[in-house]
Amino acid sequence: MTRWRDSLLRIAAIARKELRHLRRDRLTGGMVAGVPLMMTLLFGYAINQDVRHLRAGVLDLSGTQSSRWLVADAQASQVIDVVVGARSVRELEELLTAGEISVGIAIPPDFESRRVRGERASAQLLVDGGDPVVLAAVRGLVSLPLPKRVSSRHAAVSAPAFELRAYYNPERRSPVHIVPALCGVILTLTLVLFTAVAIVRERERGNLELLITTPVQTPELMIGKIAPYVAIGYAQMTLILVLGRVLFDVPIAGSVASLYVGAGAFVAAALTLGLLISTVAQTQFQAFQMAFVSFLPQILLSGFMFPFDGMPAPARWLAEVLPLTHFLRIVRGIVLRGATLQDVSGEIRALLIFFSIAFALALLRFRKRLD
Amino acid sequence: MSAEPAIRTRGLTRRFGNVVAVDGVDLEIPRQAIYGFLGPNGSGKSTTIRMLCGLLTPSAGEATVLGLEVPRDAERLRRKLGYMTQRFSLYEDLTVRENLAFLAEIYSLRASAARARIQVLLDEFHLRELGEQRAGTLSGGQRQRLALAGATLHEPELLFLDEPTSAVDPQSRRDFWETLYDLVERGSTILVSTHFMDEAERCHALAILDRGRVVASGAPERLMREIDAAVLEIETGVPRAARVVLERVAGVRSVAQLGARLRVLVDPALADPAALLAAALRDARVDARISLARASLEDVFVAATRTGAERAQTARAPLS
Repeated sequence: MTRWRDSLLRIAAIARKELRHLRRDRLTGGMVAGVPLMMTLLFGYAINQDVRHLRAGVLDLSGTQSSRWLVADAQASQVIDVVVGARSVRELEELLTAGEISVGIAIPPDFESRRVRGERASAQLLVDGGDPVVLAAVRGLVSLPLPKRVSSRHAAVSAPAFELRAYYNPERRSPVHIVPALCGVILTLTLVLFTAVAIVRERERGNLELLITTPVQTPELMIGKIAPYVAIGYAQMTLILVLGRVLFDVPIAGSVASLYVGAGAFVAAALTLGLLISTVAQTQFQAFQMAFVSFLPQILLSGFMFPFDGMPAPARWLAEVLPLTHFLRIVRGIVLRGATLQDVSGEIRALLIFFSIAFALALLRFRKRLD
Repeated sequence: MSAEPAIRTRGLTRRFGNVVAVDGVDLEIPRQAIYGFLGPNGSGKSTTIRMLCGLLTPSAGEATVLGLEVPRDAERLRRKLGYMTQRFSLYEDLTVRENLAFLAEIYSLRASAARARIQVLLDEFHLRELGEQRAGTLSGGQRQRLALAGATLHEPELLFLDEPTSAVDPQSRRDFWETLYDLVERGSTILVSTHFMDEAERCHALAILDRGRVVASGAPERLMREIDAAVLEIETGVPRAARVVLERVAGVRSVAQLGARLRVLVDPALADPAALLAAALRDARVDARISLARASLEDVFVAATRTGAERAQTARAPLS
């Protein structure tokens, strides 16, 4: 009995000490709140996949009222800003090649008759297809309905053949998709980094040499080290969700309690990954590098940046090993689609398996020895 | 009191790759005494201490500490050992009191007992006014007192001090040694490593280490009495010139200058070393007064260590 009690007291002592370090280390302490705040604002506002205000050039060879309306409507969508007029298709192409404009609108001389006859295409859009995001945005422009004023006066004319209206997000609001996923990315970034340096720092500063001559046991040291960060992880996630709600109106469809249960498994997995790094790295700098290297595949493969289904099979297998992949499924499921714990239990199990293996490896790697 | 020694080692060896840091060390360290490891940097002092704490696994040989075998029983030893590392190893961003409270929790002291013990330590080590100060802002002497307070918090039977006074002024050093004697009085055994002669002389017994080997051991007085060399002191107006002459004399082991005097170690087998040196100096027309001297611990160190002899070599190199 007393052995367990002593053990718990030692874990508590280490956890409390860790919190003290954190409180006194302004930089790390600032990261706890600063990174979620900064990243949520950045992703929410700046890194926005609704592309707007693309520079456009116009070549209007028909010079009719309805052609001008078409251009005005395209401009009103805010996707493009008409910055230059061109006199020939060739000039429009040159502007595009020179990078002066991203979009060219070419309206042929027979625009009016094409429109009236309801032919396939009334006008042409020339797009710099180098950036798929731009291309996607302009594709949205194509599905712009014909100007209402025009259609009303020519009721017989059906809308153009691009009635694709394949809007994936009806309001095209990125934050709804990004903010929940951002929870996972930010937790990965900060928590792995915090624990990755945790043990290396003690080794570098010489504290470990003293600590390992005391009765502290390795699992006590490890648990004591990561325990405070579980609370910090929850605090960060809460902050991100509140910011998402207040600033970007991101609703939470499922239950918050389920989300926190799922997040617990993820936080444990991320922290243990950091811990494992900490037992391998020799210096804080090395730990930092390793944390960064582990960070990149998680960002790229987890489905945060690119749709998971679009990746080749080996990349998907690799992604299944990464904690972030599973958490993104949990958080998107619960927040966006209102999934229940039952629905995401497979993902939670995967995270717990990752946690167990990484923790066991960390225990094996760490010796209460200097050699 | 048990007659069994606090520490006993047989052929204790530690290799790092091709380097032999500790080479077949045999030790017998008695209880309730201060035992010193004297040696230059790299002589294997810290490595030996770390092996005795169970922090390093010996490459060969065995060690018994307080009747327990290391590293096998290292965990059972933890509560009985105190270890003051060479480098300050408490937390610089925690206050003096927080550092001690942390250690008290780690050693499972009850809250009330811990409070009382910390108070005693703060008084004993003159840290009372510094209780709320961060350890990183303490002076060298204060840090060292805090480190010793931390190492003795759980009242260990055996205390390892690895070069405890290297960053400390002479007054603090004297105070520090007073504290060590108090601890021994109360029953502790202390193993201290140092490269200061005066500190080594304060130990009850010591081992001189050189390149991983014990080259001499025993009580300081006995080592000085039984030195394997004759010690002569030479007073002269031209010490540098006299030194060049003396170094060429067969049987002279080392010549060290101490201000206007030269301290010469000579092969003890020589019948009348004073006459021999006098003749050599007279031939070189160097005016000097020669007297026999009592060996100091430094003489013992120089006579016993290759490193010491080589140091004398490098010291005179610029002359030629």
